[in-house]
Amino acid sequence: MLRYIGRRILMMIPVLLGVSFIIFTIMEFTPGDPAMLMLGENATASEVNELREEMGLNENFLVRYYKYIKDAVKGDFGISYRNKVSVSKEITSRLNNTLKLTTLGVLISVVIGVPVGIISAVKQYSIIDYTSLITALILTSLPAFFVGLMLILLFSLHLNWLPPTGADSWKNFVMPAITLAAASMATLIRMTRSTMLEVIRQDYIRTARAKGATENRVIYKHALRNALLPVVTLIGLNFGTQLGGAIVTETVFTMPGLGSLMIAAVRTKDTPIVMAAVITIAVIAGFINLFVDILYTFIDPRLKSDLVKN
Amino acid sequence: MITEKKNKKMIKKKNRFLSIVFRFKKNKLALFGLIIFAIMVFMAIFADFIVDYEIDAIKQNMQNRFNPPSKEHFFGTDNFGRDVFARIVFGARISLFVGIITVGISLFFGVLIGATAGYFGGKVDNFWMRIMDVFLAIPQMLMAIAVVAALGTDMFNLLIALSVSQIPRFARIVRSSILTVKGQDYIEAARACGTSNSRIISKHILPNAIGPIIVQATLNVAITILVISALSFVGLGVQPPTPEWGSMMADSKSQLRYHPYLVIIPGIFVGLTVMSLNVIGDGLRDALDPRLKN
Amino acid sequence: MSEKLIEIKNLKVIYDTDEEKVQAVNGINLTVNKGETLGLVGETGAGKTTLALSIMGLLPDKIGFIKEGEILFNGIDLTKAKEGDLRLIRGEHISMIFQDPMTSLNPILTVGEQISEVLELHRKELNKEQIDKRVEEILKLVGLAPERKDDFPHEFSGGMKQRVVIAIALACEPDLLLADEPTTALDVTIQAQVLEMMKTLKSTFNTSMILITHDLGVVAQTCDRVGIVYAGEIVEFGTVEDIFESKYHHPYTVGLFGSIPDLTTKTKRLKPIEGLMPDPTDLPEGCNFYPRCSKCMEKCKTIAPKDIVRNGHLIKCHLFDDRNA
Repeated sequence: MLRYIGRRILMMIPVLLGVSFIIFTIMEFTPGDPAMLMLGENATASEVNELREEMGLNENFLVRYYKYIKDAVKGDFGISYRNKVSVSKEITSRLNNTLKLTTLGVLISVVIGVPVGIISAVKQYSIIDYTSLITALILTSLPAFFVGLMLILLFSLHLNWLPPTGADSWKNFVMPAITLAAASMATLIRMTRSTMLEVIRQDYIRTARAKGATENRVIYKHALRNALLPVVTLIGLNFGTQLGGAIVTETVFTMPGLGSLMIAAVRTKDTPIVMAAVITIAVIAGFINLFVDILYTFIDPRLKSDLVKN
Repeated sequence: MITEKKNKKMIKKKNRFLSIVFRFKKNKLALFGLIIFAIMVFMAIFADFIVDYEIDAIKQNMQNRFNPPSKEHFFGTDNFGRDVFARIVFGARISLFVGIITVGISLFFGVLIGATAGYFGGKVDNFWMRIMDVFLAIPQMLMAIAVVAALGTDMFNLLIALSVSQIPRFARIVRSSILTVKGQDYIEAARACGTSNSRIISKHILPNAIGPIIVQATLNVAITILVISALSFVGLGVQPPTPEWGSMMADSKSQLRYHPYLVIIPGIFVGLTVMSLNVIGDGLRDALDPRLKN
Repeated sequence: MSEKLIEIKNLKVIYDTDEEKVQAVNGINLTVNKGETLGLVGETGAGKTTLALSIMGLLPDKIGFIKEGEILFNGIDLTKAKEGDLRLIRGEHISMIFQDPMTSLNPILTVGEQISEVLELHRKELNKEQIDKRVEEILKLVGLAPERKDDFPHEFSGGMKQRVVIAIALACEPDLLLADEPTTALDVTIQAQVLEMMKTLKSTFNTSMILITHDLGVVAQTCDRVGIVYAGEIVEFGTVEDIFESKYHHPYTVGLFGSIPDLTTKTKRLKPIEGLMPDPTDLPEGCNFYPRCSKCMEKCKTIAPKDIVRNGHLIKCHLFDDRNA
């Protein structure tokens, strides 16, 4: 089992390297000279060149990439072009909020989405079913930031229950988390519903009924566990999507987090921060998916038994 | 003799197509979506005939700011006195343009890559799929932001940014269609008769793959519209004064308390367009394979 | 004098979807006695499975309805029983096994868990250890190693899976076993083994059985009495000897026997029965079989034939109507 986990981690490394390489390549196209950016317009050519040598900017592309990775693995992502602060420090100071927000968002989407999907499936074609399907449709169609703005309109501006900006108390996290959760919730409702419907049609459900099991037992013991397997994978994917969505949500609610840091960095062409932020998010998403995959093998007895016996 | 066979095949193909259309028509929600989408397309194409771009959508008129919806200005005026209705109409053009072109590009490359990987298999397949995995590992929004960060926000770059992250999805669909068909015995039989590779691809593989591809394409246009509006909202997408529904909402964010209609109206239009595409995509999926439905 | 276990009187079952009404079972009368095996033979779509599902009360929700008739079991009319009562009967007094063993077992529960579930449901007086012991006993009885109770269904072959299914069905020693084409999905050699095992178990527990099949060979091996089902009706009924050796038969039965390929004679073509079973949403007036019957008479087209019984052998056909002779 440990060997399997080890192998999966090993397989992830090329993907992470690939991600970093692609991002590095993309950022290569950024116009402008970082050294000149840092020294200002009045710097002389020799000063600029000196700084370039110091920062290793004159070496060729692959060498720079290699050095970047070498440093990154140690946690050193260089320094910000804007304020010369260590990039990793900037990132870690903002990471906290973003992770809190995303985790909360995923939790909300699961806690609401999965049960609604189940009920929808069990009571197919009922009013509950239609309502949840229409709700899911609306939630996937509206842009997340619009949902956020509407929430602000209602709960901050009209009702004055929750603060629209900042990140100081738990109250600040409620609306952003709901905003993030909205779209994921919708996909969870749909997927849970469809896997449940599929499972309920299976022969082994009929066998369970033929044994004299109560409908509740059939649903919970037989249908649910089978239906939830693919849903678990979706939850992992949703985490990654929500990390991406956090970028916009942090802007809507003016929350200091990794997303808003990234956007500011893009505007000021602060490449090291953009790179580090993108790579950090991609790495986190990657690890979450890996975790979910491994979790999957634990909960699907078919895979687990095969693994244990091998 | 041969034409008889060909005729029968044409009839069969036509029948299959007709039955798909029939099933789609039965889905009232999908039809509704089709109508809504048609309205948006109409707005996009005939924008110039409905409103004047320069006068209504771009020219600022500071005395006329913040007029609520009225007979003269259907959706009111915004913070620069511009006619919101005009901006919405042109915004449709932008959204649909970006959505469709992006999906077109990613479709083209996705099919190319997926077909190559699926058909040749082995090392070629492995190579391309590893690359696709890497691109899939980057959340779409992130990829777009990175490209915009490097290259800037002009339309060409935006299209690249958005299409790159969608290529893997199409590649996968095509590849899995090919793999499914490849394994079937009738392919061996066809090859044994000396059928050429390209004929096998066009006669057996493509018809199977087209369905899921069209469904995914429809849904991807919806996703693209959402992403471009989000990008514009944070200032990394379509730049002012070009009217785009997302940036319209960004402009009006500060006016949320007193003039919420400036935010709500563009939001509803995004929602309607995306919803119509989602519903059409779902309807196509159900029409193509009714067994999947309940 | 054998005792009646279950008696079905004039059962009519329909499937009512939004688009059409399917008359699946059209007035079936049956009795099964204690300890006997009743075979139900017929083509796909004849209504045999629907009949079995009606007994179990497992017709698809909102679509399948018992329109008329009674199913008397142990003094209760199952057609009017409440769901709670039916659940007590399912698995304990009446069990059912289905056609495809590959999909009949829950893939994420062990085989042992699935067998013990029946015991947990109906033998509440047993504790966990006793249930475990019983599970091992039953596995041995169906010819599987008791240690395999912690294995998952995907680790068993098709034939072994079917044995598990049978184990589940017989765990509580039911009075009646409904077997819907239990060996159709299996290899012929495995089929023989499974049938043999079912026969032994049947006599060990004195279980009655309704065996649904389209295979006359299986019928000959295992059944005491046989019913030939066509378009939701029983067109011929009798003992195994009646069906296989009597001179008199319903034309459909003649067709069924005639369509079995005979290895001993040289023929150029197989002899199928002409035509197809009637559309169950639009049954013909008169006899359901008349469009395909070589002996069709004028009255067959308009008047439905009655059951004609001689010495316990029933044939539903105008040919044997005394007034015709």
